[in-house]
Amino acid sequence: MTPSSSRSRLIDLVPHIVLIVGVLVFVYPIYVTLIGSTWDSGTIGRGGLPLWPSGEGPANYAQAWAGEAGDRAMYTPVRTMMLNSLVMALSIALGKIAISILSAYAVAFFRFPLRMAFFWLIFITLMLPVEVRIIPTYKVVADLGLIDTYAGLTIPLIASATATLLFRQFFLTIPDELLEAAKIDGAGPVRFFIDVVLPLSRTNIAALFVILFIYGWNQYLWPLLVTSSRDMETIVTGITKMIGTGESANDWHIIMATTVLAMLPPVAVVLLMQRWFVKGLVDSEK
Amino acid sequence: MQRRVTFDSRLLPYLLLAPQVAVTLVFFIWPAAQAIWQSVHLQDAFGIRSEFVWFENFTYVLSDPNYLDTLKTTVIFSVAVTVLAMGVALLLAVLADSKIKGARVYKTLLIWPYALAPAVAAVLWMFIFNPDIGSFGRALRAFGYDWDYRLNGGQALAMVILAASWKQVSYNFIFFLAGLQAIPRSVMEAASIDGAGPARRFWTITFPLLSPTTFFLLVVDMVYAFFETFGTIHALTQGGPGKATETLIFRVYQDGVVNNDLGGSSAQSVILMVIVIALTAVQFRFVERKVHYA
Repeated sequence: MTPSSSRSRLIDLVPHIVLIVGVLVFVYPIYVTLIGSTWDSGTIGRGGLPLWPSGEGPANYAQAWAGEAGDRAMYTPVRTMMLNSLVMALSIALGKIAISILSAYAVAFFRFPLRMAFFWLIFITLMLPVEVRIIPTYKVVADLGLIDTYAGLTIPLIASATATLLFRQFFLTIPDELLEAAKIDGAGPVRFFIDVVLPLSRTNIAALFVILFIYGWNQYLWPLLVTSSRDMETIVTGITKMIGTGESANDWHIIMATTVLAMLPPVAVVLLMQRWFVKGLVDSEK
Repeated sequence: MQRRVTFDSRLLPYLLLAPQVAVTLVFFIWPAAQAIWQSVHLQDAFGIRSEFVWFENFTYVLSDPNYLDTLKTTVIFSVAVTVLAMGVALLLAVLADSKIKGARVYKTLLIWPYALAPAVAAVLWMFIFNPDIGSFGRALRAFGYDWDYRLNGGQALAMVILAASWKQVSYNFIFFLAGLQAIPRSVMEAASIDGAGPARRFWTITFPLLSPTTFFLLVVDMVYAFFETFGTIHALTQGGPGKATETLIFRVYQDGVVNNDLGGSSAQSVILMVIVIALTAVQFRFVERKVHYA
């Protein structure tokens, strides 16, 4: 081998090394958490966590799942929190898709007074993320008696300018001929929506669902505000409540098992629906 | 923009719009109006009477040195998160886009952190950098470095910056990769034939052609750093120690929810609204430009 070719070999390796380091930076924290969830809290608390799993795993997960008292405190069972997060994520994702596809259909396929006014009204919500109207929105929800309910947790978050814009954009690409043919066949707007528009939107709905499910599952500030009872706790806010101030004497084994379970659904959705996911992400930001 | 052919129906379009419009009015427009109303009023201690005070709440908020400190922290935090997330993502995307073995595997392994909640990302970082239980945290102390982000403000800020950017890299990576894949191979090959090396090809072709993506991500990352990192900060440092990691959004929460100061919190909300509107306007101007030139 000549020196120059061995040097170019070495240069070829550089991208791999950088990418592997990159991957490690993202995988290592997850690995530590996975391993930690199989050890006892004492081992973790002393900071002597080994790099291999122990046999305590199933017991830790069972304990977290059922919410039996930890060594130091009582926790909301993970099964309750997972259920709450699942209801929240599904309601937000499906709710956003449903009300957005309907309003996009109205804006794209009908001519009616105040059409653009409505369009702008929906568009404005882009500029009002929940974080900038925390207190008054909380007050509205409280006045409606929706604190600690699934309705209060989800309905304020289901208006969606992004989804409406995305569907409208797509509807404008449906050829006029299709609509004319449907009209000649005597199909009304409801028929046309069910038989033509919905089937054509399948890909968009799937892509949007992936993004919105993750968005819903990962909500933090809003659940923190509108839920106070343990029965309504969601899993992402539940973890930080378990950690408290981060003292070394915590039920770390339960916390780590809960963290793994909290990551599982959204990560699974991304990995299993990777194609839809990337499409949904890139489309919804156009 | 409107289709040529449409349905004729008087009532139906309004019915279709009703759910979205109802939610928007009740949970967006009405609360936002309330925030604006409260921001120019002062309530008495019992919340019974309120007095119109013009911009007193704003002058009060904006002349509060604590608020200006928070503003400074927010700017440092946001710029650092944006630069780090974009820089790392661009490097990884350029490498994963080149014709190397296993590019698909690298992509899959770099995409999934998008699924993590900002608060969960913070918790993962805590598991590693906690001075008592974290391997890196303990290692830093073992080397004699006085590491404890729960006591040291600068270290705390570094922690939240790193945890927040760590989570955002995958998002940037996905968009940079999509941007890179849209660059025609022929352009790169032509440059290559003309004798341009990889570095020169990157700075004279790739980087300029990526500029729409870069600009878009700049705005998205700023919005992320401003608003969505509430979870990161709440889970990791609670804004502390002292106020070292308190950003604008965290302060609105702190003043409004914890300290129950309606006027001050509303004035801050209105300031944040102005910031979002400005960022959104910038973004849409850019989208229009993209439509014109591409």
